[in-house]
Amino acid sequence: MVSTWEWQVFCKNTIDGEVMPRCFGNGGEITYLDWLFSAWGWTLSVALLAMVVAIVTGSLMGILRTLPHKGLVFIGDAWTELFRNIPLLVQVFLWYHVLPSLFLSLRAIPSFILVVVALGFFTSARISEQVRAGIQSLPTGQRYAGLAVGFTLAQTYRYVLLPMAFRIIIPPLTSESMNIIKNSSVAFAVSIAELTMFAMQAQEETSRGIEVYLAVTGLYFLSAFAINRIAMVIEHRVQVPGLLGAK
Amino acid sequence: MTLDFSFLDWHLVSSFILKGLGFSFQLTLIAMLGGIALGTLLALLRLSGKPWLVLPAAAYVNTLRSIPLVMVILWFFLLIPLLIGRPMGAELSAIITFTVFEAAYYSEIMRAGIQSVPKGQVHAGYAVGMTYGQTMQLIVLPQAFRNMLPVLMTQTIILFQDTSLVYAIGAYDLLKGFEVAGKNFNRPVETYLLASIVYFVICFSLSMLVRRLQKKIAIIR
Repeated sequence: MVSTWEWQVFCKNTIDGEVMPRCFGNGGEITYLDWLFSAWGWTLSVALLAMVVAIVTGSLMGILRTLPHKGLVFIGDAWTELFRNIPLLVQVFLWYHVLPSLFLSLRAIPSFILVVVALGFFTSARISEQVRAGIQSLPTGQRYAGLAVGFTLAQTYRYVLLPMAFRIIIPPLTSESMNIIKNSSVAFAVSIAELTMFAMQAQEETSRGIEVYLAVTGLYFLSAFAINRIAMVIEHRVQVPGLLGAK
Repeated sequence: MTLDFSFLDWHLVSSFILKGLGFSFQLTLIAMLGGIALGTLLALLRLSGKPWLVLPAAAYVNTLRSIPLVMVILWFFLLIPLLIGRPMGAELSAIITFTVFEAAYYSEIMRAGIQSVPKGQVHAGYAVGMTYGQTMQLIVLPQAFRNMLPVLMTQTIILFQDTSLVYAIGAYDLLKGFEVAGKNFNRPVETYLLASIVYFVICFSLSMLVRRLQKKIAIIR
């Protein structure tokens, strides 16, 4: 067993392994602490951008699956099954290795963007399920009422169905947002300099695996917890008085 | 570039892919059985109402559920050799990791399943003189399993997909099999594409099965 902690490892220069006096590097030299924070930034960037992609495409596909048009329902269903039944890591490889070889124009796109799209589309399949379930949980009378007062189908969705459906699915969307932070860890496989990549490389270079892993795990905890709090604030803000457990 | 699958033959499948597929299935099966057993135990602890049992079980479940699986795989691969004092292969380490990790997820499902059984049935069990163990074993758990069977199976499909993450410690699973084949024949694009098709076919068929099972169980209930 490792007998003593050695937290000084984070103050070490990443090039020569010397302990830097103020723990942060200066100029061109960086410490492991600098690297850790930059890796945290990459994790948050990948996760938050992927969340945007996932919510936009997932909502669109979820809505398609509830429309009175068989062709559109099929597109939504097919999208969901496709992105739900392939492991995330394999999807990341598809976007990173396969698609740029088949479509040469994709080669100019940085791998960071490809990972964001991969993680975003993977998560969109799960969000599409939630959006569909949210819309279908509303009484059908609401849809008919919207149409009966002369709204078009689009207006019925915009003003009647979606405002309630999205409020209903805030809790599952919250856990999906926390999942996306965790799932962003697969980006290590295509050499994005995020937390898991940092954990693996810093462990190898410093041999202080436990300290490195503890710091990384702590930052994952902190990120997911922060998302959870933000989602609770949002949920509280958008409550409809008298409904859905509002005070 | 154009795709070329001419390298694909039985020799390649038998020498690279089957070994990986076998390990992926083995890992899924062991982690499912072990995970459900350990998960059921954790669920019973959490529902025991005794703080010294509830708190450790809750801490176990919540901790593992808030860490990315890749990090858990790395943690175990680092810690197990330190604890037992000798190196451990990536495959065995993966099997231990997945069993311990999946138990946290299965335990949440089993907890919901146990809670789905009406309280009156537990009281009825006690009333006819059964002990706690008998009530659980003969009345509550069989129904909890049956009610939760579709959810347990869905979690197992997710588990099968997650086995690809053993990539992080270099264990030889289905994905690794395709990757090694791709390197050997210098056809990585085709093999990654094939890997995604194989994963899709397996997971899609399983989820269709779960959907049919769900309908059957809904009728029984």
